[in-house]
Amino acid sequence: MNVTRRQFLKVTAAGLGSSSLAMLGFSPQPTLAEIRNFKLARTTETRNTCPYCSVSCGVLIYSLGDKSKNARAEIVHIEGDPDNPVNRGTLCPKGAGLLDMIHSANRLKHPEVREPGASEWKRITWDEALDRIARHMKADRDAQFIKTNADGVTVNRWNTTGFLASSAASNEAGYLTHKVLRGLGVVTLDTQARI
Amino acid sequence: MVWQSLDIRRRSATTTPMPQARESTEVAKLIDISQCIGCKACQVACMEWNDLRQEVGYCVGVYDNPPDLTAKAWTVMRFTELENDGRLEWLIRKDGCMHCQDPGCLKACPAPGAIVQYANGIVEFHQEHCIGCGYCLTGCPFNIPRLSDQDHKAYKCSLCSDRVAVGQVPACIKTCPTGALHFGSKEDMKEHAEQRIADLKSRGFANAGLYDPPGVEGTHVMYVLQHADHPEWYAGLPHDPAISPLVEVWKGWTKPLAIGVMAAGVLASLIHYVMKGPNEISKETEKEVENETRPE
Repeated sequence: MNVTRRQFLKVTAAGLGSSSLAMLGFSPQPTLAEIRNFKLARTTETRNTCPYCSVSCGVLIYSLGDKSKNARAEIVHIEGDPDNPVNRGTLCPKGAGLLDMIHSANRLKHPEVREPGASEWKRITWDEALDRIARHMKADRDAQFIKTNADGVTVNRWNTTGFLASSAASNEAGYLTHKVLRGLGVVTLDTQARI
Repeated sequence: MVWQSLDIRRRSATTTPMPQARESTEVAKLIDISQCIGCKACQVACMEWNDLRQEVGYCVGVYDNPPDLTAKAWTVMRFTELENDGRLEWLIRKDGCMHCQDPGCLKACPAPGAIVQYANGIVEFHQEHCIGCGYCLTGCPFNIPRLSDQDHKAYKCSLCSDRVAVGQVPACIKTCPTGALHFGSKEDMKEHAEQRIADLKSRGFANAGLYDPPGVEGTHVMYVLQHADHPEWYAGLPHDPAISPLVEVWKGWTKPLAIGVMAAGVLASLIHYVMKGPNEISKETEKEVENETRPE
């Protein structure tokens, strides 16, 4: 490129002049409040209970979309539920990181069974899993049920199966759990809330 | 409401005056070190809300994890084992941006609009204007901002300005299970701190006090310290933080002086042009010079 002395001086002067003008404030930029958009604005809020320990803190799950027909919900944020009397909005480090547990590649997402003697887990459907559990319970109860004790008094005990109820269950669910299991004769009934 | 207005009070490298007519309530975060158990729920909540995932690192032999603030870890618990009067004390300080009333980062920043201070006291980085020069690191009296290796832009705690703008508390405050973190108007936080300090004093911590350093005109993140006379015990919290004099000189009076010199230069050349006019060379002289430089 050929630049004459005159051209060089012109370009230099123009550059110096314009940058000086800019420095003197002749090119003001808009001063806008530029905060990051609130990411939960129109997300769907769902109440739930933290699945980790027996404290059972209330959580709010925020998902994309408004549940319309073609919208596929995706959980984007989880924080404490301020209306839950257990935690009043707070969460421990594990609870605060629930989002990554939900999206974890290692999370179990469907029922699996390991047959007696087998070393591999096999994926089964929920129907198969529930049928299987019911079948095992029925077989065990039929074989082990104690109708009367040594003195001939009716006791209706089923001592060979126990049940551990969820700490995330509501009062109503706890009542039903109790009724169903005592109705079957289960004696060893406990809840995770005591562990 | 207390924290609604997000009018800009100051903007880096900008001479245009900011709107000042509206008065906003100043907000503050209060960190009560005596109630912190170091569970790091605040660190997790911060990363979750701000969509940051610090790479999984290695244990460096202390509880600090990650071992330092990074562009993706805006708050870190710093653990100090202190032997004081034959007693072992475990001091756990939540480190992060202090949101100074007189922010050194903003003063040092040469990129217009890369750092702003809102009227409620929050100091925020706008990465889209950041040029990655790292001056804010020099300007910060608390060693908080970090440059990202990924995009070479500076990052730090935003006090969840997006949550505060819609009337929510920052993510760390909301999650804290022991109630060591509080958020509200600066006035209310000072009042709460006084109660905590009175309680600590009655429990034998005679030097308990509030950390709200006047060297930076006070901060919008304050600590309740058991030993307010020795803030350096808490993983090197500065005793009397102030903006580096180098920044004050360079960004203080040097800048208007330089602008003045530049303006004088422009003015002088304008006057020269009007008085003397352009330097004209006659055809004869040009020819002469050409013949001299290019002899045939």
